[in-house]
Amino acid sequence: MPDRSDLSDLYQEIIMDHRRSPRNQGLPAGHDHYADGFNPFCGDKVSVGLKVEDGVIVDVGFEGEGCAISIASASLMTESVMGRPVGEAVKIFDAFRGLLTDTGNGAGSDDLGDLEALAGVKAYPTRIKCAILSWHTLKAAIDRKAEPVSTE
Amino acid sequence: MTTPTAHPAPQANSGPLDIAAIRGQFPILDIEINGKPLIYLDSAATSQKPQAVIDSLVEYYSSFNANVHRGVHTLSQQATDIYEDTRVKAQAFINARDAREIIYVRGTTEAINLVASSYGRANVGDGDDVIITAMEHHSNIVPWQILCDERGANLKVIPMNDDGDLLMDEFEKLLGPRTKFVSVVHQANSIGTVNPVKQIVEMAHAHGAVVLVDGAQSAPHIPVDVQDLDCDFYAFSGHKLYGPTGIGVLYGKYDLLNAMPPYQSGGEMIASVTFEKTIYADLPAKFEAGTPHIAGVAGLGAAIDWVQGVGIERIAEHEHRLVEYGLQRLNEIDGVKIIGNPKRRAGLISFIVDGVHPHDVGTVLDSQGIAIRAGHHCAQPVMAHFGIPATVRASFGVYNTTDEIDRLYEGVQQVFEVFG
Ligand SMILES: Cc1ncc(COP(=O)(O)O)c(C=O)c1O
Repeated sequence: MPDRSDLSDLYQEIIMDHRRSPRNQGLPAGHDHYADGFNPFCGDKVSVGLKVEDGVIVDVGFEGEGCAISIASASLMTESVMGRPVGEAVKIFDAFRGLLTDTGNGAGSDDLGDLEALAGVKAYPTRIKCAILSWHTLKAAIDRKAEPVSTE
Repeated sequence: MTTPTAHPAPQANSGPLDIAAIRGQFPILDIEINGKPLIYLDSAATSQKPQAVIDSLVEYYSSFNANVHRGVHTLSQQATDIYEDTRVKAQAFINARDAREIIYVRGTTEAINLVASSYGRANVGDGDDVIITAMEHHSNIVPWQILCDERGANLKVIPMNDDGDLLMDEFEKLLGPRTKFVSVVHQANSIGTVNPVKQIVEMAHAHGAVVLVDGAQSAPHIPVDVQDLDCDFYAFSGHKLYGPTGIGVLYGKYDLLNAMPPYQSGGEMIASVTFEKTIYADLPAKFEAGTPHIAGVAGLGAAIDWVQGVGIERIAEHEHRLVEYGLQRLNEIDGVKIIGNPKRRAGLISFIVDGVHPHDVGTVLDSQGIAIRAGHHCAQPVMAHFGIPATVRASFGVYNTTDEIDRLYEGVQQVFEVFG
């Protein structure tokens, strides 16, 4: 069993910073993709809006309430996909999921940048859903799914 | 007859409890979590188990294992004795009139489903009303929703105020000739309110309605007398009462149970079967189809013996002191808000910490070895009432101490250090 007495791996400085001052909060004006996400386990809610031009995410933002991990993860997500082609954003999602579960080949790769601050969540299985909710919601927004997505 | 010897009562059943001696009987309380002694404040989710209960399971499988009610052989008779002796213990524990009014189920959830499905389908029809309260666990909401949808009946809800007390005047207004069933939680697992169920039963009976009391949280914490409450059904779970998981009790008044159709069917619940017609067994077997959780029943019997040995009144008094002390300490912390201020509270305290999500509070406390529950406690309508997604809940058992509450207090201070 992992030792969870030291919280500094989980609540890294980058995470605390994004929690205190989330980036890209609020849905972008004129967004043309949108989805709601919900984690029934803890009641966390997040909405993600995108503006896509020629297959590139030109603007992205989120709204939501949740724990430090889910808010920081949403904020970090917006930064990492902003200005990227949609296909690349989906690849980052896969790599990020790998980082949290140690199954993907993206684990430990340098591409993930600040997202790697969330690697500490791996030791807290119940919190993985918090970190991944905004990504599922992003994916749903890209796919223009109408119904709210859930992490269950 | 050879049945397992009753484990000796931990101490004389009077005077204040020797909590150190009690703690000594719970092996799990010696473990460390994240390098710190475990502080278990999640007994409302499930209680820890004393050695007597753990031993009873080993003893059952080592010395008495056989199917019940089926064998002429001695071992089967012994297993049956344990099974039926426990029924009498459960009867005494909640002061039911007759042991046949005790039906073994998996837990409170199954008990409520049994009643909604069997009694409900037979007695609730188009345009009838079923009443529940604003502070139910999901397990006392969803079965009634399903029943009402199926029958074209209306599900009505007794509202509560911001203290977390039911509005009894509003309840009176909801009652009427169409009220067929009232299902209420005795002690709310989300905010700790102890509801005036005796009064609720009286009011409902005046309108000819039948009442189920969800006792999942009351059975372990306060003395319960179903004859005094005069409720028609009462449900509780063994695992919250220091017993094993997977076993619980549905109490129902004999005449009601007797008139109800079976819930599940198969072996054990029949008197005779031909391909044309089956005659059902008498109570309680009618509601106990299939091979039951016999080991769980043995464990439940040991748990009831253990609780009776300690004395439920003394447990209630001890936990009352813990709740009072917990409220006092948590109220000392700026930035902590206690959710609900019911007239009568038992067993637990729900709170939120300013600006910090309950899950983050839970993770920080866990790093200190403190186990609390962070979430909606399967009571999303309660969270919605207070306009919050979740709370932190500290819930107590007989083994908790004021020192542990001091540790909780320090743990919450730590939350502010991490998130300050
Ligand atoms: C008030 C209340 N009712 C019902 C239940 C369901 O009990 P079980 O999960 O043992 O069936 C619980 C358990 O959390 C509860 O607290």
